[in-house]
Amino acid sequence: MTGVATGRRRRGEQPMVPEAEFASYYGRPVLNPPVWKAYDIAGYFFLGGLAGASSALAAGAELTGRHRLARNARVGALGAIGLSVAALIHDLGRPARFVNMLRVAKPTSPMSVGSWILAVYGPLAGGAAASAVTGLVPRLGTLAGLGAAVTGPAVAGYTAALICDTAVPAWHEGYREMPFVFVGSAALAAGGLGLLTTPTGETGPARSLAITGACAELTALALMRRRLGMLAEPYRTGKGGRRLRVAQALTVAGLATAALGRRDRVWSALAGGMLLAASAATRFGVFEAGMDSARDPKYTVQPQRDRLSRRSGGVAAEVGEQEVGRVR
Amino acid sequence: MTDPAKDTGYQDPPPRMGFFTDTSVCIGCKACEVACKEWNAIPEDGIALTGMSYDNTGGLGASTWRHVAFIEQRRPLAMQDPGVSHDGIDDFRWLMASDVCKHCTHAACLDVCPTGSLFRTEFGTVVVQEDICNGCGYCIPACPYGVIDQRKDDGRAWKCTLCYDRIGDGLEPACAKACPTDSIQYGPLDELRERAAQRVESLHGSGVSEARLYGADPDDGVGGTGAFFLLLDEPEVYGLPPDPVVTTRDLPSMWRHVAVAAAGLLGAAALACVTGRDR
Repeated sequence: MTGVATGRRRRGEQPMVPEAEFASYYGRPVLNPPVWKAYDIAGYFFLGGLAGASSALAAGAELTGRHRLARNARVGALGAIGLSVAALIHDLGRPARFVNMLRVAKPTSPMSVGSWILAVYGPLAGGAAASAVTGLVPRLGTLAGLGAAVTGPAVAGYTAALICDTAVPAWHEGYREMPFVFVGSAALAAGGLGLLTTPTGETGPARSLAITGACAELTALALMRRRLGMLAEPYRTGKGGRRLRVAQALTVAGLATAALGRRDRVWSALAGGMLLAASAATRFGVFEAGMDSARDPKYTVQPQRDRLSRRSGGVAAEVGEQEVGRVR
Repeated sequence: MTDPAKDTGYQDPPPRMGFFTDTSVCIGCKACEVACKEWNAIPEDGIALTGMSYDNTGGLGASTWRHVAFIEQRRPLAMQDPGVSHDGIDDFRWLMASDVCKHCTHAACLDVCPTGSLFRTEFGTVVVQEDICNGCGYCIPACPYGVIDQRKDDGRAWKCTLCYDRIGDGLEPACAKACPTDSIQYGPLDELRERAAQRVESLHGSGVSEARLYGADPDDGVGGTGAFFLLLDEPEVYGLPPDPVVTTRDLPSMWRHVAVAAAGLLGAAALACVTGRDR
């Protein structure tokens, strides 16, 4: 006999269910963990969010007469979305076939939906930025900017559906809160970019957006952790937990710096840099937490076991009620 | 029974075909693994010893489409006398099981594939078109069973095709053909389910009370599987999820949450610009 060493000796002592909280096949993962590279995919979640929220901020800034903030946000959005697309293509196993992403339109695939959103948003963001930099066709630029402002939040939000629409336990079970974590983090990043790039005379909206975003993100993350139960563990421990703690510290420090140094260009820029880093750290933290939850079979097996026992408990209760009804 | 081929739009498709893997008669010979590799010309997937059992394959992946699990337990198998008594330990059983792609009724890999590379065949099975796959990798974490994976040097995703190139010609898949004990049975799914139910009954009659079917229930989280199993212990003991659910079942709700969040972001940006004070 090899391998198994339970220390039990007699048949009568064998428990009906294993003593361990969960059983597994030699501790091997049930799932095949994602093959996505952190820098490409978590990086994309950060950059895509930054771009989408920046476009929304740019349109608002322009309509309220803050032209420098509007221009910087437009250019920032184009830069971020350009890098995003490069990261996405780089992550493909067959980069030369990236156009196959537009081969079909499938509402059941967030990646397909996202590809089409990017195909609409990208040119709009590009047109808005080009017009802002060159000063050509300002009206078309404004229209493109408004289009990018409407589609940008979709770019920032759909990535939450993208990771939650998997069997990865820590992602899937957090699907109710994840979109709010992601758009909150995107707002934080866009606010940060505004603070970093724009003189203090026009940074009011950037600061406000960063504060709202931070509140949304931190609240959603706290709610998510509370509801996830044992699946919140990868968000507290390991690589994921460390990155999220860094993100939280940077968020608080960045917001404080932004508030105290609101009249100072250098302090505001520093705050912006911290907020950008905070947003990136959040995305990497969420990414790593999901990876950890996919690699350990307990996160797959235990919640499913609990669900089964709740369900069979429910059925037993129903049968019991029927029995009682019959007796009456 | 739900017919995924009909749901996909095939007019008058052939009966849904599948596997019934009866692990109670598996002898762990791995002929299925070898036959699958040979027929499908699958590359080598690592020559290493796991050191945990006679299973040196590990699990399903891009270049492993059948995987035989070995589990040793100090438990009796019905009235069997294993004849391995020593140190007063006389209970012993060896579970062996050949795992494979489940060809789900509601297949998450197929749902999330953004290129249309994964498709539903007329037999109700799920197959990757390798000339279309661009290696985005989305199908891999979508699968609740850990079946499909990326071939590193090639970049694309690969998995069992239920020998699509054989069954169209009326041949049985290579693994089923090679199985010496008929642990792997291939056929129309409704016939297989009937046969499997009878087998469970007969096993229960012989005192193997722990025999149960896995994947045969059309009301489970994936709508039942095209490849289902007779197991002698809990699914997780074999490395299978006890209650798999197709992730796209929750997708409509995910989209609703995304829509609210995205609208919130637009509103927050607008509000920030209206109320934000520059000084």
